[in-house]
This record gives sequence, C-alpha cells and structure tokens, in this order.
Amino acid sequence: MSEFVQFLMSGLTVGAVYALVALGFTLVYTASDVVNFAQGEFVMLGGMVTVFMAALGVPLPVAALIAVAAAVCVGLLLYWLAIAPSRGASPVTLIIITIGASILLRGAAQVLFDKQFHKLPSFSGDVPVNLLGAAVQPQSFWVIGGTALIVLLLYLFMERTVLGKALRATAANRLAARLVGINTTTVMTLAFGGSAAIGAIGGILVTPITLTSYDVGTLLALKGFAAAMLGGMGNPLGAVMGGILLGLLESFGAGYLSSTYKDGIAFVVILVVLVAMPQGLFGRRSVERV
Amino acid sequence: MKPISAALCLVVAGAVAALGGPARAQQTVKIGSVLSVSGPASFLGDPEDKTLRMYVDKINAAGGVAGNKIELVIYDDGGDANKARTFATRLIEDDKVVAMIGGSTTGTTMAMLPVFEGAEVPFISLGGAIEIIDPVSKYVFKTPHTDKMACEKIFEDLKQRALTKIALIAGTDGFGSSMRVQCTLAAPKYGIQIVTEETYGPRDSDMTAQLTKIKNTAGVQAVVNTGFGQGPAIVTRNYAQLGMGAVPLYQSHGVASKSFIELAGPAADGVRLPAAALLVADKLPDNDPQKKIVVDYKATYEATAKQPVSTFGGHAYDGLYILVDAIKRANSTDPKKIRDEIEKTKGFVGTGGIVNMSPTDHLGLDLSAFRMLEIKGGDWILMAPKS
Repeated sequence: MSEFVQFLMSGLTVGAVYALVALGFTLVYTASDVVNFAQGEFVMLGGMVTVFMAALGVPLPVAALIAVAAAVCVGLLLYWLAIAPSRGASPVTLIIITIGASILLRGAAQVLFDKQFHKLPSFSGDVPVNLLGAAVQPQSFWVIGGTALIVLLLYLFMERTVLGKALRATAANRLAARLVGINTTTVMTLAFGGSAAIGAIGGILVTPITLTSYDVGTLLALKGFAAAMLGGMGNPLGAVMGGILLGLLESFGAGYLSSTYKDGIAFVVILVVLVAMPQGLFGRRSVERV
Repeated sequence: MKPISAALCLVVAGAVAALGGPARAQQTVKIGSVLSVSGPASFLGDPEDKTLRMYVDKINAAGGVAGNKIELVIYDDGGDANKARTFATRLIEDDKVVAMIGGSTTGTTMAMLPVFEGAEVPFISLGGAIEIIDPVSKYVFKTPHTDKMACEKIFEDLKQRALTKIALIAGTDGFGSSMRVQCTLAAPKYGIQIVTEETYGPRDSDMTAQLTKIKNTAGVQAVVNTGFGQGPAIVTRNYAQLGMGAVPLYQSHGVASKSFIELAGPAADGVRLPAAALLVADKLPDNDPQKKIVVDYKATYEATAKQPVSTFGGHAYDGLYILVDAIKRANSTDPKKIRDEIEKTKGFVGTGGIVNMSPTDHLGLDLSAFRMLEIKGGDWILMAPKS
C-alpha cells in the first residue's frame, strides 16, 4: 500500500507539470491553431528567472512574480514579432517558427544566465510528509495544488467571463467570431500571454524538486505535447488528464515494471490510445457540419 | 596573360617565403584542442578551456617550452561528435598542430580518435571511459580516471566494510551506462553481489519509484549510483526523502564538484564517492606527494577563473603538463618523437594522481589516484580507511 501511494504521489507530481505544459499547448492551439513548441521554454524561464532574481536578493514571492511577468512578455513578443506577422501562413510554417523561437530562447538563456543547474528552496521545508506510509516532499503538494488552482481559475475564466467566452468562440469558429464582433487579435494575444504565464508558474513550482537549467524546456515540451495529444488536442480537460495520466504511467511503469523502459511503456500506451481513438481521450470528433 | 599571372604568383610566393622565413626562426609550437565549451557537456569543456588558456599564458610568460612559444588553437564542438571530427581534421590539415589535448567527452574523443591515429599526431583525451585507451591506440592517451577504476575503488571500500550486497542505480546516459557495465564486470572480483538494478533517464525529475523498489528489496547493504549531471543530485534528494539514510549511498566521481553539494543540499550528507585529491586539496596531509600541485592549481584557477575548482579542469592541466614535459624531453616538435616521450612519462605528479605510462597503459593511474570522500556538513572530508 505504501509503495502504491509512493508511486501515485510521484506520478501525480510529475504529471501535474506535464499537465500545465499541455494546458499551455491547448490554450494557444484552440485560439490560433498553432502548436507552440516554445511552450517548454516558458517553464524554463519561470524557473531560471526566479533563481536569478532570488540570487540578487529579491524575496522569493517577488522573484516569482517577476519571472511570470518576464515569461508573459516573452510570450507576447513571440506572438507580436513572429506569429502575428506571418498570419495566414500554413500551420506547418507557424510550427517551424515556434521551434525556431524555442532554439532562440534556449540560446539566449544560455548566454544571459549560465549553463549550470540551479535549484530553489522548497516553499515549505524539506521534511517529508508521511502519507499512508509514503514519504512525500511538501513541495509535491504545492505542485499538485497549484496545478489544480490554475485549472480551476482557467475553467472559471473560460465559462464565466466575456473574454473567456470570446476565446471559446474563436476556438469554435474564427470567422464567425469575428463576424459577431470579437477581436480575435486580442484573443490570440491573450492566449499566448496566458500560456506563457501557466508555463512559468509550472516552472517555478517544480524547480525546488526537479532543478532547472537553460535546456529543461525541450523535454518538457515533448512530454507536454504527448500529454496534449493523449488527452485530445484542443481540450483543456483532456490536456490535464493527459498530463496526469502520462506522469502516472511513467511512475507506475518504473515502479512495477521496469525503470529502463518506463518512457517506452508510456509512449506505447499513448500509441495504442491514439490508434484506437485518433482524437485522443477527450478530443472532439472533427465532423464538418454542412 | 597566363605566364604573367604565373610569374606574379611566383614573386608573391617568393616574397611570402622570404618574409615568412625569418618569422619561422622565432619558433612556435602549435598545440590543438577541441573542447565542449558550450552545450550539454560545457561543465567539462568550460573549466578545461579556461585551464588551458591560463597555463599556456603562464608557460609562454616564463619563456615557453624548450625555447618555443606555445600557440594554442581551441575549437568548441558544442558536445557534438560530428563537429568534433570536422575540427580534428582542421587541426591536422590546416593548423598542422604537433599534438592535441581535448575531446571533453568520450563521444567526441572516439569520433576524433581515427583522425589523429591516422595522421600520427599525439592525442591526449580528457574523456572518461576506458574505451579510449583499451585497446591501446599508439597515439592516443588520456588523463581522467576511468569508470572502471571508480567502480573498483568503491568496491574496495565496500569490501573493507563487509558490505557485500548492493543495489545498483544507473543513469542511462553514456557515462552512467558505461560505468554500470564496468561495475557489473568488476563486482565478482571483490565478492560483491548486485542484488537489484534500476535505471533512470538523464533528464528524469523524480527517482522515488526506482528508489522505493530498492528500499523494498531485502538485504541491500549499500546503494551505488552511477551517473553525472543533475540526475545524481535528484537521486540523493529522493534518497533522503524516502528516509533511506541508514544504508550508505555511494556515488561516482562524476558528481565530484561543489555544485553537486549545492544542488543536493542537506540530503548530500553522508554520500560517499571516489574522487581526485584536488577536491580536498587543503585537507591533504602535508607529506602527500600531490599536495603542492593541487593546492597550487586550485589557488591559480580560483583566482583567475573566479569560480570553484573542478576536477575536470585539472585533467586539462595534467594533459598540458604531460605534453609540455614530453616536448622538453624530446627537445623537438616532431609529433612522433613527442609521442614516444609521452609514453615514457614516469612519476608525473598531476592533479589526478601520479602518472606512470607504459606501452600497454596510456593512462598510467592506479587506484591510489582516487581518494574515498564523504560529504559532511556541505563539504568533502577524507574517509579514513576502515582498519
């Protein structure tokens, strides 16, 4: 039992981060049909900027706020300078642009910060909490709780505010949204800024556990993308479920089967799911109504 | 037109030869280097690059080697073996170096090895794995300790403490998996039994699942982790999180840097590892033959580079001085003669240990080159051998 809880908590913590990255992918994808491969770089920025601000003597909460603001700025610049000017280009072109942006951001981080690994102090100490016989880092609760809060806020925003409804309308049909007077440019700006903020918060929450460096974004983008595909691209609930499922698969795969093949196990499951349900677990059926 | 331009060429060539001739008389000896100054292995290449530049300047200021100034040509391969090979060819064909120090990783070294072996130019690698010098290639040497030696040193210590049943946890990167194989091969020699084996990816962020499995395996008396980078730091933290402190944790020499202690934090307390004397320079007894050299190197590096010393830069230091000594003894810049002298290196005291090369051993270090260290209160301490 304690073993099971240990694997479960480990999977949930890692999965929560994948979920945040997947959520970022989904937000941008619904608003603009772009798969933003620079999403992992926002996670890196969140962690790295906080580390370097904290090293300058800025209190941690303020450093975290600055990091989120910095990531949002980068997200907006990415949209204004790279995505908006090439509007109308094919999705493949836009995806390549985002890959280029991610390489640029990684290189800039390497020069601006450094190439070392860094850590942040845990928010509430390092004494493990005993949960049904499993030792859990207090920071895990921050990661899982933070993710849950972000998901909840995002849900309320999408369902209850005019801006959120505009975002959903744009996702459903961009032309129709524009015809009823929704400023789709604002919506897309919002999506890029929002996804950057979500990524950065994820990066800050997880850095005390996983450490950070200029190149952590690559793998996270890959895993987050896989999670988004698993859950169904374009569905926020799917993204979260996909992320958590991926984290659990890795953790239980390593724990009960083989740690050598844990990534393999996770990706085989994803392949099987996608073959059986090409839209992902929660994806919309893409039926064109005439 | 043709004869005129041909004549012009001749005149120019003649002028160049005439001008170049006297310049040649003030001789320089060209040493090449291909290092991973940027990219994922930059934590190796960066201190190596700084060390080489620092000490070449020093040697030149003191009049050079055997009357020749050293000219250092360094290329950055970014950790990419393909690039390393291109630069190796450039060093041979364009720069015409007499010897080469570098190849920060085993991967880049193995890619460059045939180039230097073919051109018959001595090549002192800074890569870790034993494949570089086993089987021996005539022109290839290396200075860092091998993973095999690290395993043997750890097992020697375990045997002394009568800890014979161990769990092995290994990173799946090149370093971790190579060392895993070497440890598995060396274990029976020391009567060590590997009860269970786990692995983790070099980029994994949580190893509690693997460690929980080890924790629940009966009879594990010690855990050995092979790997470097941030993976071992996370293993160490998870190890403390799961309250496994009663079972000693042994790490490889791959984590022998201050940043490991910083990253792992208080969880690092009690971690044991084999490492070069350089890490505990100040704590060595005064009669230690390496004491003077490691204290000097540490002080020079930290004063110039403004960052804590690492053993990786030390390997570059050893390589440079083995080469410089060989050039002096050969009293020649002929690569073949230099190679012969490098192979004859005996009793060279470096940061990595005391080097005695031979035609069958192009590393020249034995297990005494490693010290067993334990981390206590955020610092290294020398472990007293158990009597």
